[in-house]
Amino acid sequence: MHRISIAVVAALVAALVLVSLSAAAQRSGRATHRYHRIISLSPTVTEDLFAIGAGKQVVAVDDQSNYPKRAPRTNLSGYTPNKEAIAKYHPDLVLISYDPGNFASQLRQLGIKVVFVKAADNLKQAYGEILALGRLTGHLHGARAVVHSMRTHLAAIVASVPQTRRHLRVYHELDPTYYSATSSTFIGSVYKLFGFRDIADAAGGTGGGYPQLSGEYIVAKNPQIIVLADTRCCGQTYSSVSSRPGWSTISAVQHHRVFGANDDVASRWGPRIVQFARSVARIAKQG
Amino acid sequence: MAATAGGVKAAPAEVAPRVEARGVGLRAGLVTVVFLVAALAIGLAVGPVHVGLGSILRSALSYVPFLHVHQPLGAVDHAVVWQLRAPRVALAALVGGMLAVAGASYQGVFRNPLCDPYLLGVAGGAGLGATLAIVYASAAATGSTWTVPLAAFAGAIAAVVVTYALGRSVGAAHMTGALVLAGVTMATFTAALQTFVQQQHTQQLQNVYSWLLGGFSTATWHDVAICAPYIAASSLVLVLHRRVLDVLSLGDDEAASLGIDVGRARLAIVVAATLGTAAAVSVSGLIAFVGIIVPHTIRLLVSTSYRAVVPLSLLAGAGFLVLTDVVARTVLSPAELPIGVVTAFLGAPFFAIVLRTSRGLR
Repeated sequence: MHRISIAVVAALVAALVLVSLSAAAQRSGRATHRYHRIISLSPTVTEDLFAIGAGKQVVAVDDQSNYPKRAPRTNLSGYTPNKEAIAKYHPDLVLISYDPGNFASQLRQLGIKVVFVKAADNLKQAYGEILALGRLTGHLHGARAVVHSMRTHLAAIVASVPQTRRHLRVYHELDPTYYSATSSTFIGSVYKLFGFRDIADAAGGTGGGYPQLSGEYIVAKNPQIIVLADTRCCGQTYSSVSSRPGWSTISAVQHHRVFGANDDVASRWGPRIVQFARSVARIAKQG
Repeated sequence: MAATAGGVKAAPAEVAPRVEARGVGLRAGLVTVVFLVAALAIGLAVGPVHVGLGSILRSALSYVPFLHVHQPLGAVDHAVVWQLRAPRVALAALVGGMLAVAGASYQGVFRNPLCDPYLLGVAGGAGLGATLAIVYASAAATGSTWTVPLAAFAGAIAAVVVTYALGRSVGAAHMTGALVLAGVTMATFTAALQTFVQQQHTQQLQNVYSWLLGGFSTATWHDVAICAPYIAASSLVLVLHRRVLDVLSLGDDEAASLGIDVGRARLAIVVAATLGTAAAVSVSGLIAFVGIIVPHTIRLLVSTSYRAVVPLSLLAGAGFLVLTDVVARTVLSPAELPIGVVTAFLGAPFFAIVLRTSRGLR
């Protein structure tokens, strides 16, 4: 009787050890292969996935995911998603940053795992998302390396700007009708890193961090840096800005501190923000 | 529409406007002019950047030769007042006047108090034209100050031509009713096309929306110059037709018996109102309600005769939109509020009051 109970306990213990071992194995080793058919419907997530080394597991990306070039771009839309078109790819993981009409829960009913990656409001959130994607795809190492590289590069870029240029007034332009971004947005948090003063902050919470500013306010506020995030959408350049009525009085125009950014890079919260910050630093230092 | 036309002969109230029609009274005219001048002054003096009215006046006088008034404004204030705010005020005045006078004229021609300047598909056509230009034109072309206004203008004219052809095909007997229905059809169809194109190019969504919402936040003297000739010519034609509108409001048969070529008069008024509206829309986007509330205010406060409604709508519409734009640029300063929000926010309750008190109004 005694022996039997010892054997039962031993067997139970052995079973427990086995189960926990295999669970641990699943966490570390097998997790790498958990999702091989990933669909990204967010251009930023696509950039993140390829940067951390999960590109091979991606079977389709949305029509706006134009970077990197090797990403399997399709006509899937992240704004007006079609769940049948998505299901056709037999994905095991769908990553979205926009969830119109409860579309995520409908996909989940089809047995597809859906993860919502929200638009980051600052660098910390962006880093967190990259690490989460690393965990999800089994590329935590790659993700850590990307975040580390972003942190160190950004720190070096900020340090390269002399103290006297750390408090410049910046105007970030989203379109030629003067929609801008405040410090509470992701792009605003990049300017905050430099110590720049975002002239849109005076408009406070209106427009969810993206207010439309008055033209006369911009001219009177006299920004020392202008960043154009409407070069591709709307053809804005240094010369089109300097020829706007009244804008020739603005310091940034007079000192050629107008940076024509790539609209895509400036509107996403992925690893390429380092390139963006480098260009901003170059503009801040000149003149 | 048919009911209104049929009821005209029997209802003595419908003839009343002709009896009381004495054109613009001196007092009403003076009050409206004062309102417009005050609106222009407020428009020039009030904004996110504070510049005193006194120095603005002296700055204006410094341009008058032989007065030797010293320019009191610094470079920035000067740019703010004369290059940013003044064209904005001028454009709002032109567009507001045009929309109001076009609305009044359409209401007269179609004998329907709910007609607005966008009745015949101007808004939908302009929206489609602008969207196509924003989406398909090259970045360099979109950056130009001509591309989008021209495309919007062309779209508006094209839509109205199709509407008119469609309405005409029904036959002259039911022309006005058919035109209104054709306009609704055209508006729906162009809106569908516009939405389709916009959804295919979601990266341009923001630009399309900000155009559709309309406003004067980026107005320049260039915008003023490209729409002013059309608006001036259209307004002139409409003001000259104010008596014809009074006669037309009696009904087609009555107007014809009074010696008016109904078809030609209607075409002239519709063409003038449409051209002017298209020019206004192409530089300002879609601003709703001005064309309805301004003429109705004049009817309520002054007279239902088009001899008063047409010219007074022109002046009051100009003043109204200038003041609306002042609200749009100051209430959330330094952020802008889309002007359509302001006109509708003020316009909707106002229109409710007009409806409640409009028994016997036209």
